[in-house]
Amino acid sequence: MGMATSQEITRLQDLARNTRKVILETLAEAGSGHPGGSLSAVELLVTLYFYKLKHDPKNPKWPDRDRFILSKGHGAPLLYSILAQAGYFPLSELKSLRKLGALLQGHPDMDIPGIEMPAGSEGIGLSVGVGQALAARLDGRPTRTYVLMGDGEQGEGEVWEAAMSASKFKLDNLVGMIDRNGIQQDGLTEQIMPLEPLAAKWRAFNWNVIEVDGYDYLQLIEAFDTAEMTKNRPTMIIAHTVKGKGISFMEWSPMYHGTAPTKEKMEDIYKELK
Amino acid sequence: MLEKMGAMRTAYGEALVELGANNQRIVVVGADTTDSLKSGMFGAKYPERFFNLGIAEQNLIGVAAGLAFGGKVAYAGTYAIFVPGKCVDQIRNMLCYADLDVKIVCSHAGITVGPDGGSHEQVEDIALMRCVPHMRVVVPADAVAVKSIVKAIADIPGPFYVRLTRGVIKGSNTPIVYENGFEYKLGKANLIREGSDVAIFGCGIMLPEALRAAESLATKGVSASVIDIHTVKPIDEEMILKYARKCGAAVSAEEHNIMGGMGSAVSEVLTDQYPIPLKRVGVNDTFGESGEAQELLNKYGLTAAHIEDAARQAIAMKR
Repeated sequence: MGMATSQEITRLQDLARNTRKVILETLAEAGSGHPGGSLSAVELLVTLYFYKLKHDPKNPKWPDRDRFILSKGHGAPLLYSILAQAGYFPLSELKSLRKLGALLQGHPDMDIPGIEMPAGSEGIGLSVGVGQALAARLDGRPTRTYVLMGDGEQGEGEVWEAAMSASKFKLDNLVGMIDRNGIQQDGLTEQIMPLEPLAAKWRAFNWNVIEVDGYDYLQLIEAFDTAEMTKNRPTMIIAHTVKGKGISFMEWSPMYHGTAPTKEKMEDIYKELK
Repeated sequence: MLEKMGAMRTAYGEALVELGANNQRIVVVGADTTDSLKSGMFGAKYPERFFNLGIAEQNLIGVAAGLAFGGKVAYAGTYAIFVPGKCVDQIRNMLCYADLDVKIVCSHAGITVGPDGGSHEQVEDIALMRCVPHMRVVVPADAVAVKSIVKAIADIPGPFYVRLTRGVIKGSNTPIVYENGFEYKLGKANLIREGSDVAIFGCGIMLPEALRAAESLATKGVSASVIDIHTVKPIDEEMILKYARKCGAAVSAEEHNIMGGMGSAVSEVLTDQYPIPLKRVGVNDTFGESGEAQELLNKYGLTAAHIEDAARQAIAMKR
């Protein structure tokens, strides 16, 4: 198992801080979008992209690259922020997010460098991940496929169809992730459509399940490394997170699932980001 | 013509096996109907490239999409009552939005599925697929066309929906129109019979019925053109307009709701560019019921006789 040095952790923390800032500036400029579910998964995705994922921003179509699939498409600001910092496109592109003629659409599409799947309709990403993992296995490629879902997304029946098929095909080159922030558009997941016991559900579908604190880099790193060493079955990482993480008035707020911060609010936000 | 019979599904299975031999990119995904659809023939030959996903149509399309993202050409299918109906979203937001190399081939479309009844008789699928950007919709008329089309579309990038019929009579056969062969060209309709009084546009199993209607009309001094609109999208506007100008009246015939199907597609071309009378033969916005295929075709107005009546009405409406 790879040991993360303190310098690596510091690097990830800096990237996460900047990612959060870019997300909020981008949404304030766009005037609409989904901050809550972008902020909750910052550390999870920063760790994946800047610690684990094998990819080459200068050669986005490198056949042996690992694939990251954003199934919860409303997390687009998070992914765009990370892709820009990785070098897939200039950070300045984020200024025109959601605007007419922009590269960066409200939800990801295939014209954007680094995007592996269009998203926006929930529940499809894990199925696509199963297909990607099967294709990689057929070709003997070392590609690993990572799929990030929302917790509200677990209500989609297709997720469980995909869960069964990934077990059937023993896809140890597939890793699912759930941003378990407990909030969906209409309110608390446990009130709208209870998910618990969520980890037990995935175990019952014959997945290797790892639960982590979504803000603990050592746990995140260990989870990704353990998934890679697990053979003959897929791994699901359930990251316990906080919707709107890092900005006090956005945390645990269903309103900030789909409401962008105003430009006036940005002064308060900058204070909190320090 | 129309003496020989052939099974569309067997042609599909044979086409897949032939494709798989020369092209390692070909993969097949099924949903617990692979024996019936004959896609299992591919699975028997190339088990490592064959994936049965069970009764899970949304996952079927999602996994096919993933395989296509991974560089494969994925053939996905089941009964037409389940796909596209259960997974229009996956088809729209994944296959079409990303323009993926997934070829959906579904069987048992239309009312000729017969005894299974209205819950299994799919008469809306052409409409559902036709209005999604990037999707191409193909309705082969016989087993010869099926084989040609299934093989040809492997080399045409992007998504397809191919609609097969189980069969008109017991034994799962349909009449062979293309005894002398069929070469598929995307968006190019086939002129089967040349005439000057009325143009009959047919697809699927209604093409042989259109030919029978034309023969019957000929004995009564009415000259009908018969055109195979095997590709409903992109539709062959040039051919439709050529015979609209020549004949001045038209009929469409399809085993589908008259709303949104091939007849509607023909109507759109005519309305926009050369308005002439068009009578649409099809299922008249209703569900089917149990019965033998031929009994249902008679009851729901899908026979040569109905096409002949429609042709006379269209001719009478000429200005």
